[in-house]
Amino acid sequence: MSVVVFAENSEGKFKKAVFEAVTYAYKTAQTLGLQVTSIVIGDTESGETDKLAQYGSSKVIKVAAPGSVFQPQQWSHIVANVFQQNGGKVLIFSNTYTGKAIAPQVAVKTGASLATNVISLPVVSDKFVVTRGAFSGKGFADVALERELKIIALMPNSIDLEEHKVEATVETMTVDQVSASLEVIEVNKVKGKIPLTEAEIVVSGGRGMKGPENWHLIEQFAEAIGASTACSKPVSDMDWRPHSEHVGQTGITIKPNLYIAIGISGAIQHLAGVSSSKVIVVINKDPEAPFFKAADYGIVGDAFDILPKLIKAAGATSNA
Amino acid sequence: MKILVCMSVVPDTTTKITFTDNDTRLNKLGVQFVINPYDEISITKALALAEKSGGTVTVIHVGPAENDAVIRKALALGAHDAIRINAEAIDSQFVAEQIALAVKDSAYDLIMTGRESIDYNGGQVCGLLGELLGLPSINVVSTIEIEGEKAVMTHDIDGGKEKVSCKLPFVMSAQKDLCEPAIPNMRGIMAARTKPLNVVEPQASQPYSSYVKYASPKPKASVKLIDASESEKLIELLRNEAKVI
Repeated sequence: MSVVVFAENSEGKFKKAVFEAVTYAYKTAQTLGLQVTSIVIGDTESGETDKLAQYGSSKVIKVAAPGSVFQPQQWSHIVANVFQQNGGKVLIFSNTYTGKAIAPQVAVKTGASLATNVISLPVVSDKFVVTRGAFSGKGFADVALERELKIIALMPNSIDLEEHKVEATVETMTVDQVSASLEVIEVNKVKGKIPLTEAEIVVSGGRGMKGPENWHLIEQFAEAIGASTACSKPVSDMDWRPHSEHVGQTGITIKPNLYIAIGISGAIQHLAGVSSSKVIVVINKDPEAPFFKAADYGIVGDAFDILPKLIKAAGATSNA
Repeated sequence: MKILVCMSVVPDTTTKITFTDNDTRLNKLGVQFVINPYDEISITKALALAEKSGGTVTVIHVGPAENDAVIRKALALGAHDAIRINAEAIDSQFVAEQIALAVKDSAYDLIMTGRESIDYNGGQVCGLLGELLGLPSINVVSTIEIEGEKAVMTHDIDGGKEKVSCKLPFVMSAQKDLCEPAIPNMRGIMAARTKPLNVVEPQASQPYSSYVKYASPKPKASVKLIDASESEKLIELLRNEAKVI
């Protein structure tokens, strides 16, 4: 019996969120006295599967991709089959768009309990309880998963990576194919950019940036410290930035190690989406901005004076 | 075209969330409940699609009678009728199962949900419902055009967007940029009073999960202010004190 991880294959590589999921699976397996098995769909670059063993996956099952593009129904069919045929008890996904597209389908196929947005390891006594983010960052909920099989979608940046090197066997498995339900016409991915939900550092701009023409300052600063960029709701509402960058209650909820808010006052709806960040920095010219109450570090002043200094300082003393 | 929209009833976005009964329940005292914002977007879009094709929009909700006033708001927006499954929404799996059982023989052409509810943020109902009904599901849709027997959509994927086409019927969840949510007018509000709101009893179900306890985020210690004239100090503090860059 095992704890199974869906090791999401991102163009032949695994992202940090996958290693977090394997670390999570290893620790859960230790609690339950089980082993970790990873499922990989599609080809990976050489040496990639060894990395799964480094974080504690003692078995890696590779299944050929049914097609050149991601199809939730085909992928969930494979994952459900591999999970059940390997005596899986708990199945771990990353809480990404891909993970969240497949996990519910696998839950229905296997009759498992499903928890998404999970941020803690399970506490196992007579119940199996995990903590998940709720109320769009305004609260947390402890939920007991009642079914024999359990599926968890783990929020990126929720647990620290830990190496637990094990000897791993790699197997190839064949799963009968189901037909695809979607016709994929076009895929537009921003190359080399870390998705916001997985970013460790996020620089975010608000109305105080005055207009989209000033965003180069946000971008330059983000680049200097290796951050992804985000924005507040008014900024996406005014189409200064795409909605996919909007963090907050009706946007994306994130929990990076560092969140830097520039020209954002900190309305309750915005705070909801970012309050789980480990360190929050607020730069705002209004000393009364409510965001300062939620911040670890703050600078009261004009972003247009401060940002060039920060870009220079970050570049000059770079660790590289 | 027959469209079904699944709607959740949630605390208004400005609500300060607190818990009661030894942190085992949401404190509903003084909380204003509204249609989940993403579901409101779905309803608005569903009405536009139905208008084009001369179809109907039904809203469905799993919840107690106290939510009827919020369901009436969906009817005021223009939905033709509503179904309320008379049960507390225990979790997403319970909700999806009850909706699937209630509508499995109704032959909807399109079933819409929000990308997630802003209270429990599960983002599960679209995928669960699709699988339960044997239909494809497409998450986080930001544009949709119906072209005869199929729909062409763009939706969010990790690190970008994807354009897909899918044959009707299917289940989709709405992203915020699908459309601007509508505001009901007086005529809509008056008409909503007499529109059908059918109450059905839930079917027996085995539990999937139970919520045992809630907590609020821990408040931050006081902020460390850096003088604007020494802004560059921030970089050093983030590197050597907070150790986050």
